[in-house]
Amino acid sequence: MSGAKIILESLLQEGVEAIFGFPGGVILPIYDVLLDSPLKHILVRHEQAAAHAADGYSRASGRVGVCLVTSGPGATNVVTGVATAYMDSIPMVVITGQVPTAMIGNDSFQEADIVGITRPCTKHNYLVKDVKDLAITIKEAFHIAATGRPGPVLVDVPKDVILSETNFHYPENIYMRSYNPTYDGHQGQILKAAKAIVKGKRPVIYAGGGVVNSGASEELIKLAKKVHAPVTTTLLGLGSFPSNSPLSLGMLGMHGAWHTNMAVSHTDLILAVGARFDDRVTGKIEEFAPGALVIHIDIDPSTISKNVRVDIPVVGDARNVLAKLNEVLETLPDQVNLKERRQWIKQIQEWKRAHPLAYEQSDRIIKPQFVVEEISNLTKGEAIITTEVGQSQMWAAQFYQFLRPRTFLSSGGLGTMGYGFPAAMGAQVAFPDKLVIDIAGDGSFQMNLQELATVVQYELPVKVAILNNGCLGMIRQWQELFFACRYSHSELPGTPDFVKLAEAYGAVGLRATKPEEVRPALEKAFSIPKPVIIDFQVDPEECVFPMVPAGAAIKDMILGKPRPAEPKRLLRSVK
Amino acid sequence: MRHTISILVENRFGVLSRVSGLFSGRGFNIESLSVGETLDPTVSRMTVVVQGDDQIVEQIKKQLNKLIDVIKVIDLTGEEFVERELILVKVNAEPSVRAEVLRIADIFRAKVVDVAPKAYTLESTGDESKVMALLELLRPYGIQEVVRTGKVAIARARKVPVEEEKKPAKKPAGKVVGFRE
Repeated sequence: MSGAKIILESLLQEGVEAIFGFPGGVILPIYDVLLDSPLKHILVRHEQAAAHAADGYSRASGRVGVCLVTSGPGATNVVTGVATAYMDSIPMVVITGQVPTAMIGNDSFQEADIVGITRPCTKHNYLVKDVKDLAITIKEAFHIAATGRPGPVLVDVPKDVILSETNFHYPENIYMRSYNPTYDGHQGQILKAAKAIVKGKRPVIYAGGGVVNSGASEELIKLAKKVHAPVTTTLLGLGSFPSNSPLSLGMLGMHGAWHTNMAVSHTDLILAVGARFDDRVTGKIEEFAPGALVIHIDIDPSTISKNVRVDIPVVGDARNVLAKLNEVLETLPDQVNLKERRQWIKQIQEWKRAHPLAYEQSDRIIKPQFVVEEISNLTKGEAIITTEVGQSQMWAAQFYQFLRPRTFLSSGGLGTMGYGFPAAMGAQVAFPDKLVIDIAGDGSFQMNLQELATVVQYELPVKVAILNNGCLGMIRQWQELFFACRYSHSELPGTPDFVKLAEAYGAVGLRATKPEEVRPALEKAFSIPKPVIIDFQVDPEECVFPMVPAGAAIKDMILGKPRPAEPKRLLRSVK
Repeated sequence: MRHTISILVENRFGVLSRVSGLFSGRGFNIESLSVGETLDPTVSRMTVVVQGDDQIVEQIKKQLNKLIDVIKVIDLTGEEFVERELILVKVNAEPSVRAEVLRIADIFRAKVVDVAPKAYTLESTGDESKVMALLELLRPYGIQEVVRTGKVAIARARKVPVEEEKKPAKKPAGKVVGFRE
């Protein structure tokens, strides 16, 4: 069997159903064999979108996403997508072609040292020099991508290896002596953690992307209810705890709600599960949760005590450890002091009443937050939401009520603009019958809008809700708040008419310019079984609040603009 | 504080690059690095000397363990260990100072590996203090060139015998020898 066939057969053995890719010189032999393969292949229009689509496919379904690109520019184009997956710990296997082994290092046509380039941003990578190692390398790649703390794995295959023939044998099991992640937490540590949780007077559970990756949502809900502790999630943890629960605090950190950040600043016990105390969450580390006892459950020992000193570390898989924790809590003699807990929850409710997540409503101009709220109301938390990066991302996180894990796909760690649309594509391929909505900004959407051709070709009825404010919103916000309104290159003249653009690609385009047009536009979009772009012309002066300024403690949030908004500083007028 | 870390890695293409990339990517400072095969040709040993406080060194060890190709990370700093490096020094050896240079070499048991009318090349192995002392003493005579290897280190064997320890008569073929489990 040729190397090309071995690659495809190995993917089938791993249970892969769909791959995202773009052909090129060195991988033509693979594409030739692909024509006769049952594997579904989605041809994208830019390799970066192939990587983001594989990422979105993986986040939505929990399976390993796969993308296939050629050498040289094809490989360098996926680097952003691979780095995005690496920062957010998403299981993905990227297969890149490479020039023949004899020509490596010779500055050959379309050659790039992609293994060297992606060494810091992949969980692991391989250069396959012998076709006999190809099958086992792919098996190892999938194993590494999906186990422990997941991450992207890149397999670089030179053209002569693709063309060589050998016997195909896909190994049943592999054992890697240097790689053995710990899944079961240490019993003694779990007992210590359980006792601490019971004793805590004002606990907060801080859940991150690890809860989603591990499928630990049910155990988390059980735990929170058992110990009567409020739960806050990171951006990547949204959906792991239902937003409509009375114990839900929503997102914390730089753009978290007032009451959430206050709760975290006044807690005496933080139970961190599958989260990494990222700088967007902690703000000024020295003043993060002062005096709180920190319990950290994580599958990756290197995240524990990396930023925040941890008192009770538990290395293990979130679901396994939480299940054990729940069991142990049943057996403990001491019970939770319900009176103290209720007092704590009451205090949090007071904070919420003092400064709820709100925005200035208007019936004259569309507020971007209103669009997100309407989407949330209409879909009742059942849709899969992807976002781009910036203000649109933050409003989606704040105002959409997430009920289930794997319904919020967003680039958190790397913050990649242009992620949302191809990720929505990937999610739609994973779930053809679900409603998938990309909440985008006009800046971000233009980064990967060429994928409109892909969604039309494969009839993927993705909906894109563009919060069109004619500028790079988050940049504009920072310039307004911290650079005295000196708007340096944050305006976007020359943005196309999105309705005409959608129609040019063969999709459907809708527009809403007044608040009363928002709901009908959404309802219409959701009912059309085709890809739809909805251009919401929103207020360009809106800012995301609360906001923790860079370097400040998270309790020092800005709640509103410090001075009245400067009159007309932006080029574009609201049509 | 200085830490000497011994790392057992898979002897695969690119491993050195991975480890040094990890250090540079995270801003850790490598003072010295040496690497070579062990008795098992599929396993290499890297000896790295790093400078940093306890928290940073903890992170370094954890990040090293995370690398797929790293089999085991041993921090020798807390234990008894033997450390050596090798140095080749080309030193001025004009007729007026030649005897003195030879005498210093003798005292340090350094070998003369090259002779020229105006220079001697000396080879010396030892721990850091011995090597530094030799260099200091040779400095007044005029050092032309110095080449140092990285440090290698090995843990000292247990001096007090443990009762149940039985040495097998012959190691089975293919087993990794010198691997502390």
